[in-house]
Amino acid sequence: MELMLWLDRGLHIFFGVLWIGLLYYFNFVQVPAMAEAANDSDGPGPAAIGKYVAPRALMWFRHAALWTWLTGFYYMMKMYGHSAWMLGVGEESIATTSIGIGAWLGTIMLFNVWVLIWPNQKKVLGIVSATDDEKASAKRVAFLASRTNTMLSIPMLMFMMASNHGLPLF
Amino acid sequence: MNPLDTIKGTLIAGFVLAAVLAYVAKYIAGM
Repeated sequence: MELMLWLDRGLHIFFGVLWIGLLYYFNFVQVPAMAEAANDSDGPGPAAIGKYVAPRALMWFRHAALWTWLTGFYYMMKMYGHSAWMLGVGEESIATTSIGIGAWLGTIMLFNVWVLIWPNQKKVLGIVSATDDEKASAKRVAFLASRTNTMLSIPMLMFMMASNHGLPLF
Repeated sequence: MNPLDTIKGTLIAGFVLAAVLAYVAKYIAGM
């Protein structure tokens, strides 16, 4: 059991780095780069990024998100039990409350990936057919969901660390 | 204006949310 938990925790960190690394890549690199490429009349344009880079990055991104959650769920249930999902109310344990809040933030982020980002990106990238209006709307929803996840990643990472290392500010 | 439209606004919103939730967590845990 010790070995299983150790492996699971390692995989959770691996998939988590892959997921959030790609999230930051999308927000800090790809989205601004595609906007610049689209406005650069003398440049090669964003088509190659949309065709070769974005689908591959999204494939690793959404599966990393799923496996981060699954490995995290297993670890939290083994280490903290159901009370973590209840934010440790009544337990007076900052570790349980912290991992619970981090897990809920991660769960919201997983929802955003699979329900808001991926289905809308499929329209934007032409993986499923959509009108120009639908594409414009899908682009905005996917963008805001991605930015929401970037925002949520900051408290999420803080609470993941806080379960073992304590919260800052105290 | 939506703070999520800029990277700077997104990061500031994230740190503000982290600070608020830290106090919420402290309250829940009875610290």
